Amino acid sequence: MDLTGILLGGAAAGMVLFVVSVGLSVTMGLMGFVNLAHGAFAMLGGYAIVLSMKHWGLPFPAALALGFAAVAALAVVLERTLYARLYRASELDQVLFTIGLVFVTIALVTLTVGPETQTVLLPEWLRGQTDLGFLRYRSYSLAIIAFGVALMLALWLGFERTQLGARIRAAVDNRRMAASLGVDVGRLFTATFAVGSGLAAMGAGLGAEILGLDPQYPLRYLAYFLIVVAVGGLGRVHGVFFAAILIGVLDFVLKFHFPKGGTMFIYALTLALLLARPQGLFGRKAA
Amino acid sequence: MKSRLVSLFAAASLAAIAGGAQSQTVRIGVKLTYTGVGAEFGQQVDRGMQMFVKLNPGAFGSCKVEIVKRDGKNPGGADSKTAVAELITQEKVDLVAGIIYSGNAIASAPVVDAAKKPLVIMNAGTAWITNLSPYIARVSFSMWHAGHAMGDAAAKTLKAKTAVVGYSDFPPGKDSLEAFKHAFEAAGGKVIDEIPMGGPGQVPDFTPFFQRAKDKKPDVFFVFVPAGDHAVGVVKTYGALGMRQAGIRLIGPGDITQDIKLQAMGKDAIGLVTMHHYHADLDNPANKRLVAAWKQEWGAAATPDFMAIQGYDGMAAIAHAARSLNCKMDPEKVMAALKGWTFKDSPRGPISIDPSTRDIVMNEYLSELVMQDGRLVQRPIATIRGVKDMCKELKVGRCK
Amino acid sequence: MSAMLPAAQALARRHRLQWWEALPWVAALLAFYLFPNHLAFGTQLLITILFALSLDLVLGYAGIVTLGHAAFFGAGAYTVGMLAQHAGWNEPLTGLAAAALVAGAIGLASGFVLLRTHGLTLLMLTLCTMVLLEESANMGHRYTGGFDGMPGLLFKPLLGAFSFDPLYFRTQYLYVLVVLLLCFVLVRALVYSPFGQSLTGIRENLLRMHAVGAPVRVRLVVVYAASAAIAGVAGGLFTHATQYVNLATLGLERSAGVLIMLILGGYGRLYGAFVGASAYMVLEHFLAKAYPTAWQLGVGVLLVLVALFASNGILGIADSLRRRFAERAAARP
Repeated sequence: MDLTGILLGGAAAGMVLFVVSVGLSVTMGLMGFVNLAHGAFAMLGGYAIVLSMKHWGLPFPAALALGFAAVAALAVVLERTLYARLYRASELDQVLFTIGLVFVTIALVTLTVGPETQTVLLPEWLRGQTDLGFLRYRSYSLAIIAFGVALMLALWLGFERTQLGARIRAAVDNRRMAASLGVDVGRLFTATFAVGSGLAAMGAGLGAEILGLDPQYPLRYLAYFLIVVAVGGLGRVHGVFFAAILIGVLDFVLKFHFPKGGTMFIYALTLALLLARPQGLFGRKAA
Repeated sequence: MKSRLVSLFAAASLAAIAGGAQSQTVRIGVKLTYTGVGAEFGQQVDRGMQMFVKLNPGAFGSCKVEIVKRDGKNPGGADSKTAVAELITQEKVDLVAGIIYSGNAIASAPVVDAAKKPLVIMNAGTAWITNLSPYIARVSFSMWHAGHAMGDAAAKTLKAKTAVVGYSDFPPGKDSLEAFKHAFEAAGGKVIDEIPMGGPGQVPDFTPFFQRAKDKKPDVFFVFVPAGDHAVGVVKTYGALGMRQAGIRLIGPGDITQDIKLQAMGKDAIGLVTMHHYHADLDNPANKRLVAAWKQEWGAAATPDFMAIQGYDGMAAIAHAARSLNCKMDPEKVMAALKGWTFKDSPRGPISIDPSTRDIVMNEYLSELVMQDGRLVQRPIATIRGVKDMCKELKVGRCK
Repeated sequence: MSAMLPAAQALARRHRLQWWEALPWVAALLAFYLFPNHLAFGTQLLITILFALSLDLVLGYAGIVTLGHAAFFGAGAYTVGMLAQHAGWNEPLTGLAAAALVAGAIGLASGFVLLRTHGLTLLMLTLCTMVLLEESANMGHRYTGGFDGMPGLLFKPLLGAFSFDPLYFRTQYLYVLVVLLLCFVLVRALVYSPFGQSLTGIRENLLRMHAVGAPVRVRLVVVYAASAAIAGVAGGLFTHATQYVNLATLGLERSAGVLIMLILGGYGRLYGAFVGASAYMVLEHFLAKAYPTAWQLGVGVLLVLVALFASNGILGIADSLRRRFAERAAARP
């Protein structure tokens, strides 16, 4: 198989990982809060997207927007009422809380919607193959890649060129210093948490063709999200981007050539990488 | 004097009724996965059992039936083993039935063997499971029923010369691969690539595996994945990569076209050829009756599938044992009643239990998926009658 | 002695046995007689308590947060299984020793490599190590049975006289209870030893420990290896009791589950493992029976509440209640 095919196939999967995980990276870098429930927010959004398309006939892009908005709103509520209480708590309490949240979400979804996997009805223009002249490839994959790149650019511009972005970057690098300089870290975090969770929701909806969507989603992909975040470096958007593509492409190549042991190498690679560079590819060494 | 005789008579008859009433109850312990990843399957088998009792009210004769249910929770083995042990020791059931996953069946075998209680397996398909204890009988299938028959049919009926096999990398998958390969190569075909496609735990992105299969350009691509969400992913990827246009037929056991997932697969599934012991479109009076009653009970979107029929037939087998033994479920006699049992009116066609292996003997149906009035429907190509588990017949590997 | 402050006196007396420490063992023995039909579940509970205890050593006392402790549990389980299946070595006690050795060795090797890092990185690395082991077990399915596992393992009777009973689990229960007791005595002694005190120091104030010149990393690796060995024993017991081992022993679900149970009960408390595992598993067992689809909701809510309102699990709540009563009693004229 030619190189472009492999790169595109891997990049598509990687993009899904990117969109879902970027929020987790920034919030973990910003607040140091171990949010293992990130996948649960993603899943809720995915369900909102898929079900609104199924029962209300919403077109795909509108459903994505709805998913983003709904989960962002939910994130704000949960952050202000529950998460905020645990910022000073031990890492373990945070783990306990977020896993509890995951269980509650899984149970609620199973009880209200059911344990089966949800199937996404992709719009016509995303199905089948697209002819780019030099290449014929799966339309859906091309669309995801385009979306991921666009998001990456938007986020990069946002972080590098706006005041808000500067404040977030400052708070990620040194929270105390940023606070002492007058940055309202609390509000910043609520906003980041909301946007990050909203993006995760869109990622789950977009990626449902590849990653599936069922109540076990938050636990099943937890390891992958954490790996992408750790390898990319906490709080580094471009880090998450490249880490996600790297893992996506590697996963694809390994499964193609060594279907027997494929996924194992991802974990072996992560192990080697984090041992060599504990702060991730793009992270900053701990002060 | 008269009053004494009357009271004696009354006492004796009361004792007879009481004693008779005790032996009249058949307690069935059902162990299925009611929660977690296997919840849907547990529900289908459970419904199949319910439907048998509903459509055949006289099947158990004068026996009163009590069903005690336990949740196996996951394919891990330990929880199922505990559940089965509790059914036997705490609930004192006469026999155990159910079990979706091979791992759970394997873990539970020593328990039923030590307790000498019959176990009627209603799904778990790894071929050598029935060899684990003389108290195990299976009414569902072995991977070899469909796999072997398909290998044969692929070469002879579909006239394929080369095949690539994709399978989920765990024992039922490897079983399926071996079964297909055995028959396909015996009939003159050649398996040119074997691609393990991740584990049964989560649905992988099938794209890299299918791309590899596509590059090999086989006549047929035989795929086994666990029934359920894996199957949906398979069909979608097949369509997304344009494999049908490239001239590669997708074939496999009926696990990949499970009726409860079928309609969600859409246009990509057209042309898929499967070999299985049951699908909801089978054209016989018993099945028509079952499907109609099913939809009436659980809604027009609901449908029986191969797991449901296994629950149905399992109850039929147990009912036969109960009736022929007058509700006294002595374990040795139950096994004797099950061995050689035949059931001509099953919705999947005539079935029986092979007395030497205690495994099921049944028809296998070769079908192709077509679109009819906006619905995916199985169109019959051929029927292979009286198929046994060829693994044990030919004594291959662990089936000796 | 009397010249010491009360706080110092309390610290010095901490290692002495208190009367209430006999309670869990008495309860376990009572359960044996009162619930003869539930010993299968009871055995699983005792095994999980041992596993949680091993995690407490590493988490509660050394402060290492790990999501991969099931790696050692599984290593022990598979050692016992593979020895029985392929080498015909099915004597239980020596098998258990082998499990401890293998798991401990893996713990030593991985601890040596991984404990250079901390925080999220360490968490990820422990997870990766465990998944690597899980995938290798799957790849080596010829030896490990892969996903379907190794069924029908048979073991020689314990001490030549007591055979394992797959139905009522009587022998298994008592066997596991005795091993749990022995391991507990070991852990307790370790925790109250000078070595154990230094661990608390490392957990509470790493910089100062470095400044004092304590060999921090050596201590961490040693306790990690010890904890791994005990987890391996728990895994070996699992294989003995269920006569079966498969990939689930190495999975994230098991690691996360034991972590939750320990935090629920209270970590760094020795008895947190007992309380947490019992509470969680009993709840799961009964809620799952009554409402199979809703137990997860109940546990999730419980976890959230404990995280929000309890400082250190159930034992932490008990502690603060006790303190409040003591204050009130002291405040009375």
